[in-house]
Amino acid sequence: MLERAFTGSQKYYKLLGGLLIIMGLGFAAYLLQWNKGLTITGMSRDVSWGFYIAQFTFLVGVAASAVMVVLPYYLHDVKVFGKITILGEFLAVACVTMCLLFIIVDLGKPMRMLNVLFYPTPNSVLFWDMVVLNGYLFLNILIGWNVLEAERKGVHYPSWVKPLIYLSIPWAVSIHTVTAFLYAGLPARHYWLTAIMAARFLASAFCSGPALLILLAFFLKKYTKFDAGKEAIDKLSQIVTYAMIISVFFVGLEFFTAFYSSIPSHMHSLLYLFVGLEGHGKLVPFMWLFAILAVVALVLLINPKTRKDEYTLKIACAAVFFSMWLEKGLGLVVAGFIPNPFDQVREYVPTVPELMIALGVWATGFFILTILYKIAVTVKEEVAS
Amino acid sequence: MESNRRNFLKIGGVCALGLGSLPIVKALAQEKGPAFSSDPRRLVAKRWAMVVDMKKCWEMGKPGCKDCVLACHTVHNVPDIKDEQEEIKWIWPEQFNHAFTGQENEFIPAEMKEKPFLMLCNHCANPPCVRVCPTKATFKSPDGITMMDFHRCIGCRYCMAGCPYGARSFNWQDPRPHIQTELNMSFPTRERGVVEKCNFCTERLEVGLLPACVEACKVGGLIFGDVEDPNSNVRKVLAERFTMRRKPELGTQPNVYYIV
Ligand code: SF4
Ligand code: SF4
Repeated sequence: MLERAFTGSQKYYKLLGGLLIIMGLGFAAYLLQWNKGLTITGMSRDVSWGFYIAQFTFLVGVAASAVMVVLPYYLHDVKVFGKITILGEFLAVACVTMCLLFIIVDLGKPMRMLNVLFYPTPNSVLFWDMVVLNGYLFLNILIGWNVLEAERKGVHYPSWVKPLIYLSIPWAVSIHTVTAFLYAGLPARHYWLTAIMAARFLASAFCSGPALLILLAFFLKKYTKFDAGKEAIDKLSQIVTYAMIISVFFVGLEFFTAFYSSIPSHMHSLLYLFVGLEGHGKLVPFMWLFAILAVVALVLLINPKTRKDEYTLKIACAAVFFSMWLEKGLGLVVAGFIPNPFDQVREYVPTVPELMIALGVWATGFFILTILYKIAVTVKEEVAS
Repeated sequence: MESNRRNFLKIGGVCALGLGSLPIVKALAQEKGPAFSSDPRRLVAKRWAMVVDMKKCWEMGKPGCKDCVLACHTVHNVPDIKDEQEEIKWIWPEQFNHAFTGQENEFIPAEMKEKPFLMLCNHCANPPCVRVCPTKATFKSPDGITMMDFHRCIGCRYCMAGCPYGARSFNWQDPRPHIQTELNMSFPTRERGVVEKCNFCTERLEVGLLPACVEACKVGGLIFGDVEDPNSNVRKVLAERFTMRRKPELGTQPNVYYIV
């Protein structure tokens, strides 16, 4: 099946070429980091995780969201999702790959990476995160590939795939739960020390992932013969709506707990994010953008007219994706370090090489995604004709 | 008969091998660590702890005295990086409201607010840094010291997110060019990409010396000993004087106590 990735239109090659260039630039920046160390980033003694880990955290969510098409299709027999489950699974493959790359670029000693395997440490959440992420990657490659292969041959997929599909459902939940536990269990990081961290992660995952999937489906409809179908998009957009409402509600819960209790340490990070603290407020504009986009998204999604209209739905999905990226892929990780253990505000701003490396990783993810989608779409076109 | 004899020989051989390996088994099975590490002068304790008598430091020490910091950073080849973002510190002063966050009040004596308190790793009895480390590069020694294996650390910095005391530093850049003090050839320098922090001078205890900071303090402001031994010097001080610990509410059980 792989050979289908090598024949395509000019546009397809242009897209791959463009992504390759960004990947190249990212790699060049990474070589600089390899030479000079993480000193080229904006991270510090006080904010020791930055943009990389934040991207990783956000993308785990997008990866986990594949379950939002897999689960209804296989468990509740929602037939309309038949066409797009493969897109969900392949999106998960691309996202988990990006997650793993983001962890690797964040390591001070990447060449010692395998120490995590040589000295397995069950008391460390990071150890489990590695286990579940790699497992999820493996599951989705295996399932996606076999189901697609069977479709191409016009047969039912082999029976041993079925249990793996069922396994992949709780597994998707586990990757995001474990990632939430990376943060939730740390003393004195008050912004992260919340029991609804995993719930918040899942809610934001289940809106940002399907929102991206909708956008991708529209993209495929425009440029290929693949059409996910109106009904599938409709159902997905309902999922996005509910998950977005819950997500915003959860953020509200954090505000209530912090401000009604009035415990300073619980309020500080939120104050820093939304109004600034001790005169520092680099993230304030971004967080208000998050709030505005979230409201726009909710208005467009809750109103059935705008949700069913392709144009406004696209805007809504873009707003969901971007607002959740701001909240989780930017604010959440950084704010956990502010104020620092000495109650001082030390801010963090990513540097240009840091952003280039991150962009390179994103491009790598989309490169993989493009190839996988190309294969999937070609197979589906062949079967249809 | 033939086969019996061969069997006998085989069994005999295995037995002989078994007997031959007995001394090795014995050596491996010993409960105490191998004999080579223990110097007869070695200082031992069940759980090392430190009492920092800030009163002595302020009242008897020379103004702006940094003897302890200098001693520690010299013996451990701690680089002097001026950039606040990338600083490496094992022991350093921090003012009251930063050291004891949440415990300051509005009406605290003005001079108290400004007074420097010595910060270092607390060698917590229940350390979150050890809990989170994915490679056991940070681990607990039997005598209560939270140790760092610079050669195993992968630089994920999870321990820095885990430590509630800001006690850990990361080598964002190559530290070696920044070592200003005379190089101590008997202690390793670090490479970029690993985490480091105070180690309670475990390498000095090993050869019967007290921690460098303790030794350097002319006024006896640093008291070091076994907190599980009721007759130890630290226990005597702890029984007589009122002491504070940083962020006790977190349950990490710090082993550094402060006399204010
Ligand atoms: S003070 Fe920090 S680094 Fe030291 S043992 Fe406690 S948690 Fe670990
Ligand atoms: S940075 Fe090193 S010591 Fe700290 S958690 Fe990671 S591997 Fe362990």
